[in-house]
Amino acid sequence: MDPNETVVNFTGLRKRYGTGPLVLEAIDLEIRRDDFVSFIGPSGCGKSTILKLVSGLSPASEGTVTVMGTKPRQARDRQAFIFQDATLLPWLTAEANVEVPLRIRGVAPEERHRRARAMLSLVGLDDARDYFPRQLSGGMKMRVSLARALTLSPQLLLLDEPFGALDEMTRNRLNEELLALRAQKPFTGMFVTHSVAEAVFLSNRIIVMAAHPGRFHAEVAVEFPYPRRAALREDPAFLEQVTRVSRLLHEVDTVVPV
Amino acid sequence: MKRLPALYLWLLPIASGAIFTGIWYTVRYASGLGSWILPTPVEIAAAGWRERERLVAAAGHTALGALGGFVAATVVGTILAILLGTSRALRASLYPWLLLLQMTPVIVLTPVIVLWAGPGMPGIITITFLISFFPIIVNLTQGILSADRNHVALFRMYNASRLQELRWLRLPSAMPFFLAGLRIAATLAPIGAIFGEFMVGNAAGGTGGLGFLVYSYNTQIKIPALFATALTSCLLGFIFVAAVSGLNWLMLHQWHESFDRQDH
Repeated sequence: MDPNETVVNFTGLRKRYGTGPLVLEAIDLEIRRDDFVSFIGPSGCGKSTILKLVSGLSPASEGTVTVMGTKPRQARDRQAFIFQDATLLPWLTAEANVEVPLRIRGVAPEERHRRARAMLSLVGLDDARDYFPRQLSGGMKMRVSLARALTLSPQLLLLDEPFGALDEMTRNRLNEELLALRAQKPFTGMFVTHSVAEAVFLSNRIIVMAAHPGRFHAEVAVEFPYPRRAALREDPAFLEQVTRVSRLLHEVDTVVPV
Repeated sequence: MKRLPALYLWLLPIASGAIFTGIWYTVRYASGLGSWILPTPVEIAAAGWRERERLVAAAGHTALGALGGFVAATVVGTILAILLGTSRALRASLYPWLLLLQMTPVIVLTPVIVLWAGPGMPGIITITFLISFFPIIVNLTQGILSADRNHVALFRMYNASRLQELRWLRLPSAMPFFLAGLRIAATLAPIGAIFGEFMVGNAAGGTGGLGFLVYSYNTQIKIPALFATALTSCLLGFIFVAAVSGLNWLMLHQWHESFDRQDH
């Protein structure tokens, strides 16, 4: 597959909810096959809205959103969404949760079990297959959520602050696992986060956004080659990048009236 | 709140029961009332034992009526709730009328029920149904509408059909609501059946039921036996609620947070 192929394209996009104020103003964006793009900015900058527009959960007010050459809704079968919390169905076991997309797609039971088990094994949860969500830790729940999102091998993965509620150690480990999964099952990533270090570690592009109305303030290219390992976090060049992005974030934050 | 040792939690109801019984006896003997006005627990137990065959047969009859009405309420309530929970138009057009029906005291409808459903068991089941179906509809409809927003978004993302969303998301997530409604219905069903028997049960030639016993013991002024009938009714109600609690445990204990062990 062509690494430069356009996966997501926003042209002259504006978004408001109902008759409310402008949430996103004049956004132009192009995301390519090989990209992992993080969106970072103060609350109210519309970063989560961008994911909703791509997934077709919310329509554009003006301008166009093209996803894999078609309208967002038509591209749903090739994308997956990971929410802020793991959104597991509490009455299903970990394995049955991973099977949900396969069930909706009408995959036969045998094939469903086989694929769900393979996915759980990929995220290191072989032993937790029969556990219910309330028996799992926050990190384990998120792993199940990742396994569920990747069962249908999506070409585009949308992640809305998926690790925001986890402690830093778990978050770092899941960041590493996410990149390892991506090496095995390649996907284009769009990632919303509040953590600069997380954005730098995961992405090749970071878009810093400003609020009221939401807009792109700056874009930073992160050029560390993949695969990236945990040790990267101690690299002075990594810390330099984090400082750069933090400074940009500070710029937009001081503009916001309190 | 201050916690009590486990032993106290067992002893306290026994102690309060003993005090209550003491007051009972004191009032009885201090006032000089006869057993036909205020029978003592021992007199009630004796009357219950004397009348045991009639009581057991009547309880069986009542259980049948209550169960029939309860099952009808569950089936009809579930179907209506699914319709109300999935269609805004149906919700708007049916809900006000269901509310109106619920507001109508069943006693007012009794003559019409006898006229339409007939006396005896059909009338009793109809009355029980009318008394117990409303909490099932209200709770299950609420449950279907209360599915987690992110879960709904997840199903939409996977292009799930409305039927898939209902079967795999909305109905399972409504299960705790449904069981709560069922529990209320289970307390109402025996009451409904006894009320039905009291009102229409004797029209079929006095075939039985606790409601009919209440009627006949009352006319015969067998007050201790009347109390024993009340006690039997309590027992029957308890069995109904216990059965639903068992079902509740069966359906929810593996996954629902209401079964999370509390930290002491």
